[in-house]
Amino acid sequence: MAKKRKLPEMLGKQISFCPGCGHGVVVRLIAECIEELGQTNNVIWNIGVGCYSLASIGINADKFDSLHGKASATSTAFKKLNPDTLIISYQGDGDAYNIGIGESISTAYRNENITVITVNNTNYGMTGGQMSATTLPGQMTTTSPKGRDCATTGMPIKFPELVATQFPNAAYVARGSVTSPANVNKLKKYIKNAFEAQLNNEGYSLVEVLSPCPTNWGMTPLQSHDRVDNEIMTYYPLGEFKKREVK
Amino acid sequence: MGDMIKGNHAIAEAALRAGAEFYAGYPITPSTEIVEYLSERMPELGRVFIQAESEGASINMVIGASASGARCFTASSSVGMTLKQEGISHLADMNLPFLAVNVTRYGNGLGTLDTGQSDYNRDTRGGGSGDYRNIVLSPSGLQEAVDLVGLAFDLADKYRVGAILHTEAALGQMMEPCDMPEFREVKRREDGINGDYTIKNRVSPLTADRRKEAIELKERYEIIKANEQRWEEGYLEDADYVIVAYGLAGRSAMGAVEQIRAEGHKVGFIRPITLWPFPEKAFSKVNPNVKGYISVEENALGQMVDDIALTLKKYKNSSTPIYCLAYAFGIPTMKKIKEDFLRINAGELKEVY
Repeated sequence: MAKKRKLPEMLGKQISFCPGCGHGVVVRLIAECIEELGQTNNVIWNIGVGCYSLASIGINADKFDSLHGKASATSTAFKKLNPDTLIISYQGDGDAYNIGIGESISTAYRNENITVITVNNTNYGMTGGQMSATTLPGQMTTTSPKGRDCATTGMPIKFPELVATQFPNAAYVARGSVTSPANVNKLKKYIKNAFEAQLNNEGYSLVEVLSPCPTNWGMTPLQSHDRVDNEIMTYYPLGEFKKREVK
Repeated sequence: MGDMIKGNHAIAEAALRAGAEFYAGYPITPSTEIVEYLSERMPELGRVFIQAESEGASINMVIGASASGARCFTASSSVGMTLKQEGISHLADMNLPFLAVNVTRYGNGLGTLDTGQSDYNRDTRGGGSGDYRNIVLSPSGLQEAVDLVGLAFDLADKYRVGAILHTEAALGQMMEPCDMPEFREVKRREDGINGDYTIKNRVSPLTADRRKEAIELKERYEIIKANEQRWEEGYLEDADYVIVAYGLAGRSAMGAVEQIRAEGHKVGFIRPITLWPFPEKAFSKVNPNVKGYISVEENALGQMVDDIALTLKKYKNSSTPIYCLAYAFGIPTMKKIKEDFLRINAGELKEVY
């Protein structure tokens, strides 16, 4: 029999996302992990700029609204001054990988003991679906109207793979998805691993989440989930790229 | 009298003694000795030091530190301060106090490494996008710089605004004897967050009443303008001419005033210590029959001269001529200021206003 998931205490208020969007699931999973790890009153949600900024209205916990792309830098300071507090940078692909790539890379490179969750929906959602660093080859957006031409715009960035292979000190790196119950359960394990790594002072942890953006992709929620499974996952494989070392 | 110490070191040490718990910065001439000094000194004292990857990252780290309630600061120079402006605007939006030390260098873009005052307009007008101000304090010597650092932190906390210590290249690089203040307790502000969610009424930018906030901010700035103007003055009551200058130009001007008076000319001076709020009150003491004001600046266009004009428009006779001796960069010598005063006195130079 399926287990009923209990609504985490910190998510009392309604947060509005588009039907089919993955952010609601990710916020819920993060909150569940926080509660299950006993960190409800020991967490700072540091939220970047995108649709998910709306989440800050609905989360009953310490939270901060960072400038666009800069959440990893503010999180660095939060952690240094509150070393026992769980610090979460919640960002999107445009925020973390485009405008904030300098801060994202540098924070991973310094091996700051924080957790970065990047929700990758292959476009800038909040401004209406422009090309981002993770827009797939040929994908049509409002700034790649004929489809992304990788000959002139480069290939989509694989940030988790970059961190896992180039920053040997990083504690935990994974990519998950929200498109099926099985994927949601796996994603929750990834998020929990990342938080545990941070709480054990193991170092930088990163979980990227492939998330549908039906509104900007011009799809129904179901079509957009199919696109994640059948198209995006072929370029962005799921899994753990850096596992925690057993200490 | 204290030991000789280099300007940038003195400012860094003064900040730690004022209870600064957190610093993030990036190297840039002529402020680099600050980040170097702190890299050794802060771990020694158990404080948090971060050499950030960029000026932008460092001000965003300061944002996180101030949101945590810590006394925090950063330092840079002119073009580096430009890169921090987005963060400084965000700090203003969030009512988060901080100190930024600007060891200015003259010029546009990358600029020069020369001492100069070309950032006056930027620093006194807020600097980034938006509708805000920071308290800007400008020392003319190292003891004053040390004293202003502690004051800057206290004013920032008191009014929930940013504070800029607006110093300059030569002041950062030179040495003078300084008495250092005693160490103050390191403590967090009560409004800082630490994850325990005891402050439940924090206002998110997404739900804030922006109109109400804007009006409250304006009212707060009016209180700052009323209470926090600071300046040094001399010989205003009988002055035929009043020289206005700040920083090292101000120090030079004060020396020039002594020399000019020794030759029988009635000259006074105002040396603004707060560049914002501009010390308008100082002008109320000036001889009602003054023949002119002279702004002495280390820039080419003349920037503070506009604030003198605005002050006269508001409080005095706005038809009094205002001259500007804008020396581009470098500290004007007393001799040069005296010579140029004599030209103004002889009617050889045209007023700006």
